[in-house]
Amino acid sequence: MKKKVIALVIAGVMALSMAACGGASSSAPAAEEKTEEAAAETEAAEETEAAASDITIGFITLHDENSTYDKNFIDAAIAACEAKGVNYEIKSNIPEDNTCYETAADMADKGYQLVFADSFGHEDFMIQAAEEFPEVEFCHATGTKAHTAGLANFHNAFATIYEGRYLAGVAAGLKLNEMIAAGTITEDQAVMGYVGAYTYAEVISGYTSFYLGAKSVCPSVTMKVKFTGSWYDESLEKEAANTLINQGCVLLSQHADSFGAPTACETAGVPDVSYNGSTVSVAPNTYIVSSRINWQPYFEYLIDCVMNGQAIDTDWTGTIATGSVELLELNDAVAAEGTAAKIEEVKAGLEDGSIKVFDTTTFTVDGAAVDSYMADIDSDEAYTPDTEVIADGAFQESVYRSAPAFDLQIDGIELLDTAF
Amino acid sequence: MNKSVREPLFHLVKRDGLVWWKSWIVRLVAVVLSLLVSGILIFALTGENPINVYITMFKAGFATRRRFWALLQNVAMLLCVALAVTPAFKMRFWNIGAEGQALVGGLATAFCMVYFGDKLPSGLLLLVIFLSSMLAGALWAVIPAIFKATYGTNETLFTLMMNYVAAQIVSYFTYVHSNPKGSGQMGVINKATQAGWLPKIEGNNYLLNILIVLVITVFVYVYLSKTKHGYEISVVGQSENTARYIGIDVSKVIIRTLLISGALCGICGFLLVSGTDHTLTRDTIAGRGFTAIIVSWMAKFNPIYMVVVSFLICFLQKGAVDIASTYGFNDALAEIITGIIIFFIIGSEFFIGYKIRLTHHTKGGKN
Repeated sequence: MKKKVIALVIAGVMALSMAACGGASSSAPAAEEKTEEAAAETEAAEETEAAASDITIGFITLHDENSTYDKNFIDAAIAACEAKGVNYEIKSNIPEDNTCYETAADMADKGYQLVFADSFGHEDFMIQAAEEFPEVEFCHATGTKAHTAGLANFHNAFATIYEGRYLAGVAAGLKLNEMIAAGTITEDQAVMGYVGAYTYAEVISGYTSFYLGAKSVCPSVTMKVKFTGSWYDESLEKEAANTLINQGCVLLSQHADSFGAPTACETAGVPDVSYNGSTVSVAPNTYIVSSRINWQPYFEYLIDCVMNGQAIDTDWTGTIATGSVELLELNDAVAAEGTAAKIEEVKAGLEDGSIKVFDTTTFTVDGAAVDSYMADIDSDEAYTPDTEVIADGAFQESVYRSAPAFDLQIDGIELLDTAF
Repeated sequence: MNKSVREPLFHLVKRDGLVWWKSWIVRLVAVVLSLLVSGILIFALTGENPINVYITMFKAGFATRRRFWALLQNVAMLLCVALAVTPAFKMRFWNIGAEGQALVGGLATAFCMVYFGDKLPSGLLLLVIFLSSMLAGALWAVIPAIFKATYGTNETLFTLMMNYVAAQIVSYFTYVHSNPKGSGQMGVINKATQAGWLPKIEGNNYLLNILIVLVITVFVYVYLSKTKHGYEISVVGQSENTARYIGIDVSKVIIRTLLISGALCGICGFLLVSGTDHTLTRDTIAGRGFTAIIVSWMAKFNPIYMVVVSFLICFLQKGAVDIASTYGFNDALAEIITGIIIFFIIGSEFFIGYKIRLTHHTKGGKN
């Protein structure tokens, strides 16, 4: 008897669920048809400019908002889309493999006008999707291949973050000066530490500009760099920071995406210059300032291009002037006196061109000034140098492509391990 | 003291075996119940009609041809690793190193694509890649097997640690071959020549992968249930002493089985690198080596059931991820939903094996 009751209940549930599925699946296409009709109508009404509500932008991110790197993109994406009134979808935790292609292609299938991916390793899979969907725009941050891919619908973007790093470096140098003046350290002990991910141009450009910024106000400064071989590995970053502190570094900065280095600095009481976002919440007594790329101007630019039917730059480079390069939340409790004013002064200099970050008179390589350097701008497997990048007395960073290309190893910076 | 008063309210009785259709009804009920529970959770969090949410889930795998093929591809890859670990598990050899074994298979594939891509004709190149990926996977699995057979080392720890060794070697390899220099990323290998890429069939990216895994499914099924080797594996799994008593060379069986298990893992690495991603990262296997263990167990080491279970898990994962992104949640919600569903399905196996009997009139009711 009991069994019969159970069987009846099961049969009922099954029938109900089937009915539910049936009903819903027949109504869903109808809804889609309606939106298609609506889209067609508006298209007819205004042929040149697409209405914001018809536009959907797809965003692909490597991790989710638990990574400072991806959070920076996600926040900007939401802000830009809401400011412009367009629809958006964000797909997080998309690995750097075929999944990226599938996700991008699926977004194109859904009729999105533009698909954006945030991680370096997504690039080849975005190109694969771009080849398949010539009518959809594919944009990719930090990549290097748009200018050689020969595709009208594939675009790279980056920002002159080296200028932000330089400014953050100025804040670091002033802190060192304060420590020297207070007698905490001697001039020779002004050693900074830097936790980097890979010996990759983007990282090298970053730590070199940070160092040059510090050196511009504190001439005796030197720096040690330790690499982790990963963009996001909290324990490795913490460990690297501790190694640097144990080796006598009195101020740290990092180019890796976790809270590892800032936390280690807070525990050891060593001042820290952060990246991608303020880390004052985990390090209130040691955080000085952070630089970051603000992607919102780029996303707004993309949306405008799609709405107005304009071509998107193959290589877009954001600057301080476009609002793409920012310093965040100077922590007065830790920063040296007068830092804010000095930063404003240098920032003005960078904007009017009187200060150049990679001014060849400010650094040497193996004791000699650099007056000519061929960089591998069109990246290939053999790393063939192809472009002269020294001009007008400076290394022309982010000029020939948006992604950084500075990979010189300048004097004053010691690389502790280059396994990565 | 009156002992008989404090009897438990119910006790468990082992079933003698349930008719097949009854056991499937139990499983179905479990799935329905799990959907109800996750539906309540989703409603509590979003206020959305759970039916709509399940439609989103269904659409994630079936709405377009592309999604369906992508789903099949994922099923095939998970199934491949699940099939690979099964002979070892059936032998009670706890191989949790499938991740690493598949990864070195992928490494061997990438290595051959880089070094022989322009030296060998395409047919021969693919054969070399295929064999070397099998060899690499087999090597990675047989090292712990030899230690287990010779010195009685703990295979669980050993195979687990081999995963990390494999990941570090792959990190090093991708760094050395990174493009642009120093980035730690290889990018797509042989993009221009497509040397060492598994060919498309009728323009379909994944069909060949899926067919290869189907062949492996049949192979593992036949190998485990129709051959002397398969019989030896189950005897060793049931009792090593019995195996010795009837004259089975246990060490030989362990080593031979792990060679096969590792080689099949290696093929998965080959299919992912040569047939899918065309690149290698330390995350290429994406945790399938561990999910495969769940698949193998849930399917009770039966390759045919594994097809169903792999499909279910991949469908759930894809659907859950879409639910999370459609309704603006973190992927953690997707994992919670998948977890709830798997919990119920595993739980249903308990009710198939045992029944609950309410305790009543229990004077001297012990037997």
